[in-house]
Amino acid sequence: MSGAKGGGRVGIIGIGQSNFRSRRDDASYPDLVREAVVPAMLDAKLDFDAIDAVVYSLSPDSIVGIGNAERLGVDAVGGRNKRFLRINTGGATGISSVTAAYYHIASGVCDVVLTAGADKVGECGDSQTVLNKIWDPTYERALPLGTINMLAMSAVRYMQRYGMTEEDMAYVTVKNRRQASLNPRAHLRRVVTIDEVLESRIISWPLRLMNCCPQSSGGAAMVLASERFIRDNNRDAVWITGVACRAETYWMGDRMGTNPTAEHAEAYALGRSFEQSYRMAGITDPANQVHIAELYAPFSNTEFHAIDAARLVAKSGESVKRLRDGEFELGGRLPVNPSGGTLCTNAIAVTAMARVAETALQVWGRAGAHQVDGARVGIASGNGGDHQIFGTMVIEA
Amino acid sequence: MELLGRQEVWNITYDHALGETASYFFTQIRDNGKIFGRRCAKTNKVLVPPRAFSDETLLPTTEWVEVGPGGRIEAFTFVYEQFNNLPEPPYAFGYVLLDGADTALGGYFKGVDLTNPREAAEKLAIGTRVVTKFAEQRKGDVLDFWFEAG
Repeated sequence: MSGAKGGGRVGIIGIGQSNFRSRRDDASYPDLVREAVVPAMLDAKLDFDAIDAVVYSLSPDSIVGIGNAERLGVDAVGGRNKRFLRINTGGATGISSVTAAYYHIASGVCDVVLTAGADKVGECGDSQTVLNKIWDPTYERALPLGTINMLAMSAVRYMQRYGMTEEDMAYVTVKNRRQASLNPRAHLRRVVTIDEVLESRIISWPLRLMNCCPQSSGGAAMVLASERFIRDNNRDAVWITGVACRAETYWMGDRMGTNPTAEHAEAYALGRSFEQSYRMAGITDPANQVHIAELYAPFSNTEFHAIDAARLVAKSGESVKRLRDGEFELGGRLPVNPSGGTLCTNAIAVTAMARVAETALQVWGRAGAHQVDGARVGIASGNGGDHQIFGTMVIEA
Repeated sequence: MELLGRQEVWNITYDHALGETASYFFTQIRDNGKIFGRRCAKTNKVLVPPRAFSDETLLPTTEWVEVGPGGRIEAFTFVYEQFNNLPEPPYAFGYVLLDGADTALGGYFKGVDLTNPREAAEKLAIGTRVVTKFAEQRKGDVLDFWFEAG
């Protein structure tokens, strides 16, 4: 198991997450950040003086409706007179922020780093208007593009390649809702049936309402520390043993056509990112060495290509049958998104951090009612842009 | 306690410059009803919509190549939900690999009955041949053209 080059491994010593809901009318934006930061600091048993740097997790400003909202966030994270850096890679922002915190420590520059953020997507209520604006104003903005339509087209291509059906997609929703019902922090916690999913209204075919993530409000925070600090201060920790990120072309139309490098049905760059993080962690057979996965999948269909990209199955497309067979549900061979995942909770700025946090809680044995028995090795991922920028991690007890 | 709120609206107008490459592309659509891509001399790939450089070779593209009007469907979706600032549903749009191009171009599909999405999906299945149609009055925009099956 290889570690950080700066001298020893990098561990997670504190985790805080708020309860995610559609709206949080009782909390301003910085209040919501603080709601996650305080329990993370208590978990790490640290005062703010111990924090060497803060990595601030914040995706597009126009979702929260506050320009450069990291300005408001500085006080909520105790960031005055500290190293302070905002990260934004869209949906991948949260895992990119943990990655940046990791590198602060791995480089040997810092011993203890806080990463935190929050989102109030429910106050925007119109995320697809914001997300339409991520397409270039030159060629594609005039088209009705948005993340739902973009990933509906990925679903259509995946259907054609691997025979995925609308019913297969419904199984993903049913599994994740059942798991979210055990997670008090999740946003959509009502258990649903296959028929309910298939009868929910069509948004962008083949995506129906219940195949789509909600617009959530909530915060997340994590404290990372060097192995030296953890040993010297006798802290409990879980370890980030693999970390990677990869980007792919902006052009969706280049992920189709003649021999595309990054086929739009798949998550090509996510796969390359997982390859690198597995190599770093010394994982050669992820399907058998990984015990739990929190994979960023905001729409039912995207959980399949995420499972494929993480090589939790032998070949792409196999995820469909294996999911229906129950292999990836809580109690199954390799639970995927035991928290309910992005499909049940999406506070965009911290969604990918929640993937890391939930994976860490699992290998720590602290996940509560949705704990995966005996989990010691977990993986997490985040996807941002128009399926373009990906981050991955391996976390071990 | 009583919890209060405030409404805020962001409404910003941008005047985006399109640059030389896109300006040529849209001028050809507006004046001649033709779609052009840019060829990368190293890979021979024709990029549509045209770009000044290839993201694969990172070299400047070197040649304008007319593509289409025929092509094949690469992806589609049918939108039944009203999104703010997007057209009234239902509508079909997606990506088409125009003849002579190596990358797909986005646009609307017209002339397809969207009453039953599964039947419509069979009519617009990936690989289906389409032809590009141009509006009579064109302003130099991606909405000047659309795709129709057959």
